[in-house]
Amino acid sequence: MKELTYADALREALREEMIRDSSVILLGEEIGVFNGVYKVTRGLLDEFGPDRVRDTPISEAAIAGAAVGLALAGMKPVAEIMYMDFLPICMDQLSTQAAKMRFMSGGQLNVPMVLRTQYSLGRQHGSQHSQFTPAWFLQVPGMKVVLPSDPSDAKGLLKSSIRDPNPVLFVESGLLYRTKGPVPEEDYTIPLGEAAVKKKGDDVTIVAVSRMVNESLAAAKKLEADGISAEVVDLRTLQPFDLDTVAESVKRTSRLIIASDDVRCGGIGAEISASVSETCFDYLDAPIARVACPDTPIPFSPPLEQQYMPNADRVIQAAKEVLGK
Amino acid sequence: MTTITQMQEIPQNDYAKHGLTKEILREMLRKMLIVRKFEEKVEELFIVKGLLIGPSHLYLGQESIAVGAMMALHRDDLTVTTYRGHGHALAKDVPANRCMAELFGKSTGNCKGLGGSMHVAIYPKTGSLYATAIVGSGIPIAAGVGLGLKQKGKKQIAATFFGDGACNTGAFHEGMNLIAVWKLPVLLFCENNQYAMSTPVRMAVSSPTIAERARAYGMETIVVNGNDVVAVYVATMGAAMRAREQGLPTFLECLTYKMKGHGVYDKGDYRPKEEVAKWLERDPIATFKKRLLDQKIMNTAEIDELEKSTQQEIEDSVKFAMEGSSLPFDSISDYVYKE
Repeated sequence: MKELTYADALREALREEMIRDSSVILLGEEIGVFNGVYKVTRGLLDEFGPDRVRDTPISEAAIAGAAVGLALAGMKPVAEIMYMDFLPICMDQLSTQAAKMRFMSGGQLNVPMVLRTQYSLGRQHGSQHSQFTPAWFLQVPGMKVVLPSDPSDAKGLLKSSIRDPNPVLFVESGLLYRTKGPVPEEDYTIPLGEAAVKKKGDDVTIVAVSRMVNESLAAAKKLEADGISAEVVDLRTLQPFDLDTVAESVKRTSRLIIASDDVRCGGIGAEISASVSETCFDYLDAPIARVACPDTPIPFSPPLEQQYMPNADRVIQAAKEVLGK
Repeated sequence: MTTITQMQEIPQNDYAKHGLTKEILREMLRKMLIVRKFEEKVEELFIVKGLLIGPSHLYLGQESIAVGAMMALHRDDLTVTTYRGHGHALAKDVPANRCMAELFGKSTGNCKGLGGSMHVAIYPKTGSLYATAIVGSGIPIAAGVGLGLKQKGKKQIAATFFGDGACNTGAFHEGMNLIAVWKLPVLLFCENNQYAMSTPVRMAVSSPTIAERARAYGMETIVVNGNDVVAVYVATMGAAMRAREQGLPTFLECLTYKMKGHGVYDKGDYRPKEEVAKWLERDPIATFKKRLLDQKIMNTAEIDELEKSTQQEIEDSVKFAMEGSSLPFDSISDYVYKE
């Protein structure tokens, strides 16, 4: 194992896949000469040249559309959209074009593209540069949505996403780029569609995604001191999501909390909650709890943003509530 | 400096000069007849027989554009077209029976009945790569296809077809800019049929012509008489050569007219009668036939024979379509993700 930051783990995945497969090509705003706004693509222009690391104009619809076309022409594009807030600008290409092509062509086409993006909640970026909206894509069968929470997963999941024959939306956490963690030395991938139990526990299941996995692990550690054994399940892939692993855990603990950085209404927690209610109703000993953002846009003011964001303390509070403690 | 050139109707005396053999000219007529008869049959199946349902956008009156363009392209050149795509599909050699079965929603359709009329031009086997039902969205996709072909060092090129309505979408402008700034081997066919649904170009396009928008993006631009299959063919040959040899795009504004309304149920009666009459006189098939006869390239008997055989092909396609069945419902989830 070696220590890498989340950003460098992503960079290694890109670099290794570009070496492995000459059809892998990167495109996006500021990814080349500027090395990427978060330096995920640092050095790749120098190593692979401007044909494979393409700086684009500020044209999100064209970036996503060109990625779709590249994939149709036999390339493996990895496009970058700088902020998740910019996805609606290219939503047609993702949800209405890429995600439906295999289906509506009767299996004649497939679209092996990755669209990387990140969300910057917690970095004082205001309402239009902080949103976390992966749940939109729960309404988009045909698209895969992947959200790594640590450097090791970031690398393994990105490599799998690049090798996947389907369109993948790969959502990174802006707050995690500089966090470090162990990453295997050898070549490895992590299968899409499989959740990971990041901590075993018996009393309550916490299903989390992205940054909230780390907050949930911190919460679980503190809960141990109070004699509460929490299990933390990192969903890792949201679409399609691994209901089996979630249900297996809930059937043992009989209690469920869903922790995510999106707005509560119609969010990740809503779908997981509904699915668990359908499959595990008889096993539940308490109402399912959601730890998410309130139903308002994201405030800029740093103290307001801190109160707005979910965190470990709120997960702890939710755990105590579902356990009646 | 890029220019806007005009490609008017090509006089029949000049056919030989452009390398147009009898064989090519006959094939142009055959393909236009296939499209015409397919669309007339579709209209009948919708309106008279009530056997087809859903949106369907006929290509009547524009046959010369798809046929002229596709005949100048190579089979492995990749096209990105639209929901008004029956003509593009047939001109790019998607078999008529597969198209008709798709319109009927049968598993024997080229998209297994999962796409329908608006996606009938998806048949990568003949280079008919994709057809979108969202106006303007094909242009950035064509940019990516062109980039992919260029990057792989292929001699293939991309071609995309869209209407005048697409030229007011954001995707058009973003895609045009990317194609021009990256110098991609993409041909852009703007089929200016004068109306976006019922909205005339003069009410929707701020610039005096669409062509000058393309020139502003630094693209070679040709304004083509879209009702002359030979003019479209010759213009496409030149543009395809520029794309293949220099890797450069060309914008071809093809001036034409929808014989009928926007969709199969639209009578198009918001258009002035005189305007419709004027354009109907320029029917691309009637005028082409007349010129072939005048020039003694084909005789009446030969044309009649072609009329008969193409009509038979369409009748057979309906039979083929009606004999098929739809996919079992529990199989449709197999088409969402590729394993």
